[in-house]
Amino acid sequence: MSALLLATEAAGNEAAASFPVLSALVVLPILGALLLLLLPNSRPEYFKQVAFLVSAAVGGMAIWVLTDFQTGVHAAEFQLQNSHTWIESMGISWHLGIDGISLWLVVLTGLIFPIAIIAIDAEHEPKAYYGWLLVLEAGCMGVFLALDLFAFFVFFEIVLVPMYFLIGKWGHGERAYAATKFFIYTMFGSALMLVGILSLAFLNEAETGILTFNLVELAESQMIATTTARWIFLSFALAFAVKVPLFPVHTWLPDAHTNAPTAGSVILAAVMLKLGTYGFLRFGVYLFPEAAVFFAPALVTLGVIGIIYGAIAATMQHDLKRLVAYSSVAHLGFIVIGIFSLNTEGIEGGILQMVNHGLSTGALFLLVGWIYDRLHTRQISELGGLQKPAPIFAGVFMVVMLSSIGLPGLNGFVGEFLILLGAFSAHRWWAVVAATGVIIAALYLLWAYQRVFHGPAEGDNAKMKDLTLREGLIMLPFLVGIVFMGVYPKPVIERMEPAVDALIQHVEDHVDDFDEPVANIGVVVEDHSEDETEGDH
Amino acid sequence: MVEAAWLIPAFPLAGFLLLLLVGPKLGEPRSGWIATAAMGGSFAAAVTTYIGLLGLDAHGDADNDRQYVQTLFEWVPAGDFQVDIGFLVDPLSVTMTLFITGVGALIHLYSIGYMHGDPKFSKFFLYLNLFAFSMLMLVLGDNMLLTFLGWEGVGACSYFLIAFWFDDEANASAGKKAFVTNRIGDWGFMVAMFLMFTTIGSIQYTDIFANAAGISESTATAITLLLLVGAVGKSAQIPLFVWLPDAMAGPTPVSALIHAATMVTSGVYLLTRMNGVIDVSASWAPTTIAWVGAATALFAATIAVSQNDIKKVLAYSTVSQLGYMFLAIGTGAYVAAIFHMITHAFFKALLFLGSGSVIHGMDNDQDMRHYGALRKLMPITSATFIIGWLAIAGVPPFAGFWSKDEILAFAWEENKLLWAVGFITAILTAFYMSRQVFMTFFGRYRFADVRAEELEELAAMKVAAAETAVTEAEAGIGDAEAAVAKATEKLEKASEKLVTREAEMADADAADEKATEKATKNLDKARDGVEKAQVAADEATTAVEAARRAVSAAQAQVAHVAAASMGSGSLEFDLFVAPDLGDIAEEDLPEAARARREYHPHESPWTMTLPLVILAGAAIVAGGMNLPFASDLHFLDHWLEPTLVHPAHLTSSASVKWILAIVAVMGGAIGIAAAVMIYLKGRFPASKVELPIMAEGWRFDESIANFMGGPGRKGFDLVAWFDATFVDGAVNGVGRVVREGGGQLRRLQSGLVRSYAAMVAIGAIGLIIWFLSRASF
Repeated sequence: MSALLLATEAAGNEAAASFPVLSALVVLPILGALLLLLLPNSRPEYFKQVAFLVSAAVGGMAIWVLTDFQTGVHAAEFQLQNSHTWIESMGISWHLGIDGISLWLVVLTGLIFPIAIIAIDAEHEPKAYYGWLLVLEAGCMGVFLALDLFAFFVFFEIVLVPMYFLIGKWGHGERAYAATKFFIYTMFGSALMLVGILSLAFLNEAETGILTFNLVELAESQMIATTTARWIFLSFALAFAVKVPLFPVHTWLPDAHTNAPTAGSVILAAVMLKLGTYGFLRFGVYLFPEAAVFFAPALVTLGVIGIIYGAIAATMQHDLKRLVAYSSVAHLGFIVIGIFSLNTEGIEGGILQMVNHGLSTGALFLLVGWIYDRLHTRQISELGGLQKPAPIFAGVFMVVMLSSIGLPGLNGFVGEFLILLGAFSAHRWWAVVAATGVIIAALYLLWAYQRVFHGPAEGDNAKMKDLTLREGLIMLPFLVGIVFMGVYPKPVIERMEPAVDALIQHVEDHVDDFDEPVANIGVVVEDHSEDETEGDH
Repeated sequence: MVEAAWLIPAFPLAGFLLLLLVGPKLGEPRSGWIATAAMGGSFAAAVTTYIGLLGLDAHGDADNDRQYVQTLFEWVPAGDFQVDIGFLVDPLSVTMTLFITGVGALIHLYSIGYMHGDPKFSKFFLYLNLFAFSMLMLVLGDNMLLTFLGWEGVGACSYFLIAFWFDDEANASAGKKAFVTNRIGDWGFMVAMFLMFTTIGSIQYTDIFANAAGISESTATAITLLLLVGAVGKSAQIPLFVWLPDAMAGPTPVSALIHAATMVTSGVYLLTRMNGVIDVSASWAPTTIAWVGAATALFAATIAVSQNDIKKVLAYSTVSQLGYMFLAIGTGAYVAAIFHMITHAFFKALLFLGSGSVIHGMDNDQDMRHYGALRKLMPITSATFIIGWLAIAGVPPFAGFWSKDEILAFAWEENKLLWAVGFITAILTAFYMSRQVFMTFFGRYRFADVRAEELEELAAMKVAAAETAVTEAEAGIGDAEAAVAKATEKLEKASEKLVTREAEMADADAADEKATEKATKNLDKARDGVEKAQVAADEATTAVEAARRAVSAAQAQVAHVAAASMGSGSLEFDLFVAPDLGDIAEEDLPEAARARREYHPHESPWTMTLPLVILAGAAIVAGGMNLPFASDLHFLDHWLEPTLVHPAHLTSSASVKWILAIVAVMGGAIGIAAAVMIYLKGRFPASKVELPIMAEGWRFDESIANFMGGPGRKGFDLVAWFDATFVDGAVNGVGRVVREGGGQLRRLQSGLVRSYAAMVAIGAIGLIIWFLSRASF
């Protein structure tokens, strides 16, 4: 393990010499928000343009990070590290880094924000609206990049503020209620995590004599008592469970989603829910391998309940946006069981599914938002026959929906399949039950599609405007991602695999009687390699 | 030459992409021709691959040499799980691709004629090509996951195409039902894959073939049953068959291609592909497959007997024939299953396309009770349909006889009861198909008939008219009676006058002749008036009586029509006797009936009849693939042998086989003869065999629908209610307690959180500033 640590430092030193791109990912949106603050109120049209340009620049840098990312031997390590000691006495540092687990979430975040900004205009007070969006982006990037627990916590909390205002000020319906619920729920969750973080750092100091908030150092030290670690894990797990959200702490999500402005829903679904699942992986499993193994059955159980429960609740919703929100509860349940399968297939499927859910649910919220803009309703009973006046819109909705249903050939399937495959090795019967969620997913989405797009179109529905060129261009990256990751997920999996394997190795190293739950592989693997060589000539 | 394998799915994929980009611009008929050309190219590639595979055979010595794996690229490489986009070219997959592309190309060609004038013409072909691509991936995939990709892909295309005319809610519902029901099966397939992977560490077919023998019996049994769940969904067996009859909502070429010839046979393909695993499973697992098949075959056949929709008969017939294939698989007769799959693809595609041609010629009417005598009007359609009928009814030497006979022979050796079920099904098959042919192409031309509902409408109109007449007549009675009264009054007055006059006359004593004359005249006038009034009164009374008679006559006719439609069960009116219109004049007929009298059923264009002729040719000769007479003639047996672990062979003596064949032919003859007596000669009423419960499919689907719409839906609602009331309610409840406890806080609540948020923001900024100030750089 010290080898890993050394390699990490080496990579960090190497990266420090060049442009601190990861810091830029966090700082640039903040600077953008400050720039917005300085712009005169007399020229409101600039706000959106500036916000878009800044977020597009961040997106460009995220792509740069992707191309710079080392895939070979070093792929398991934190790359492009940016480390500056801030408060030596407290062991707190501005320490950012990226590995195969966070890479795709950073890219997703970098791409979703400019799309969310360009796709929907602020209904009022554009300066504050776009400003908050940029602050939100900085916070999300920070969470995915932070390698220091204290910095992570700060980013994790900062994210709440812009989202609270976005829902409360620019939302619809019972927006004050939804915003308050969102804030109290997530604040409550993370308050205990702060206690957990501090306890971990100080208890570790008591054992080792070094006070540090450095993630890698804490993860490698594993000095605190097993029972204590389990309690601290629970304090983290609660914060993440609320964020995911896991059953039974999910009820803030439907309200927040339904009442948030479209851009808020898109970012909430595509990026913010992943803060929880990413947290489970990076700060749950990595920091507390023993506790993760210990609590895995319970968390998988909650995940399975979420899958079935969320899907059933989604089926009965009357509001299209609420339906998509409940479908998120089901989808995130899949991700949680993937992570806590604690094997390569499950975790990789989980990470893939984080990105996939970002693409498909993000796109669904955009499409639902556009329907609302056109027809001023999201009530399924008031819609109908939209495929007649808007065939292209319906076609795009169909592709995104099939991705969400998990049709093979589109992205959702690869993630769901790997998750269930991994879960089947680890918790066989839970995987069998979870797989039935796939049936209900088809039921609620196809039923909703039928009621919204099929049948005769009456009244305003018959005159709905089809997808415009601009909307089509906004949808294009989603569609490309949906098809690409369904047909050729290899480049994505390839880049995350070393980090995932290292994480599982880490768990195996630190938990005595734990072996990765894998398939019972006998003679076949050798046969397989022979077949491959045969196939090559 | 086997290297051409990738071209087989590539052609329809290219067609799909082309139509996606420029389909609407190409329009009709060019987009149809492009899609058809893509299928033609795919067929050519399949033939090339087939020839190549024959070549491979010549070089090798080992059995599995007739096998070629073509890997395009790595698809999902995650840890130990490695799956490629790659094709397994072996006799089984090539056999499947040959008939999929061949029949597919013909159905594409047919669709050019059938979909003529549809506003979504190019979209239809886009879906058809995507379907063909998915289906070919299903059979060519070299691993279970790629087969699953095709498996769900064909399901999605089936959904698009069933709901193609989505304006109608019924079509949209049928599409959704098909997808969701199939997904239940897909669950089984998925879990089977998980179990396979965790057992042998791979889901690639070559690995499965190599390691199947080493799988433990219990695991193999579980995998077999899970695959059966998948196959039962896709191939419409009990209890998941309910989507297939509804799927007939799609355009008829779709029914022929997807819901008869190709997609629904996927389950049979999958089970055959995995025969190595079934082989090591507990013996009751294949027995279960056999019984599912036999039960479905019989069950669906009984339903087919009572259907009046030409496509519904064929749909239930397809379910029933797929049951035969499952029966074959369950008895280990994989070749017989594939043999029947191929012959069935030919004759059932032929029958569906023929029914489409009939529907096309009959102005989109699908009710066989409205057909009759069409063989003169649609000679090519009827001739080819009759060939299809003879093939499915098991009449030698048509294709269906050979494949069904083989299945029954294997069933006989396995279990006599299985054979008996199969045999009864064969009789029923011959019966309901003969019924269909007789009702459609023979007998009396019924299209122009006034229909039961129209007759009722007419009778109702007559009743209304008669009732108006009664009202009018009754008004006339009043008038007449008033006239009578008036006349009587006049008469009385006149009589009085007469008396007066006579008295006057007597007084005047003829002195005043003038006065007398006047009195006489008055008297006559009065008498006339009375007479006239009397006549008017009589006439009015007669009119009233006539009107009343008309009303009761009309009411009697309504009662008669109602009795006719109630009394004869599912046949609302006679196949043999034209409905009695009584004294209804031509111009009084409802408009729809008059339009039908002027409509001329017609033969379809060549794009539709050419595929019929080719398929009819195939339905005649396809039995030649696997003739039972000498081992040299078992072409399909030998061809497929390398793909089976234990190729099954019949062990019965030649005489037993002959007797079984003769009995099977006799069974077919019994079914046909019964249909002749009922539907051609009218010796027995059809209501004796067409039970209402059978017409309703033994109320199986209805019961499921009632459960899903009733308790099922309530259960789902309960979860949503539970979430809103308890899970969310608990949170809000805590919030409420806090608020109420806090008294004034309630008013400030949202402002309070806002200041929390502000505090977090300020705190975070403060922390950052503090960090920056303490920073050591």
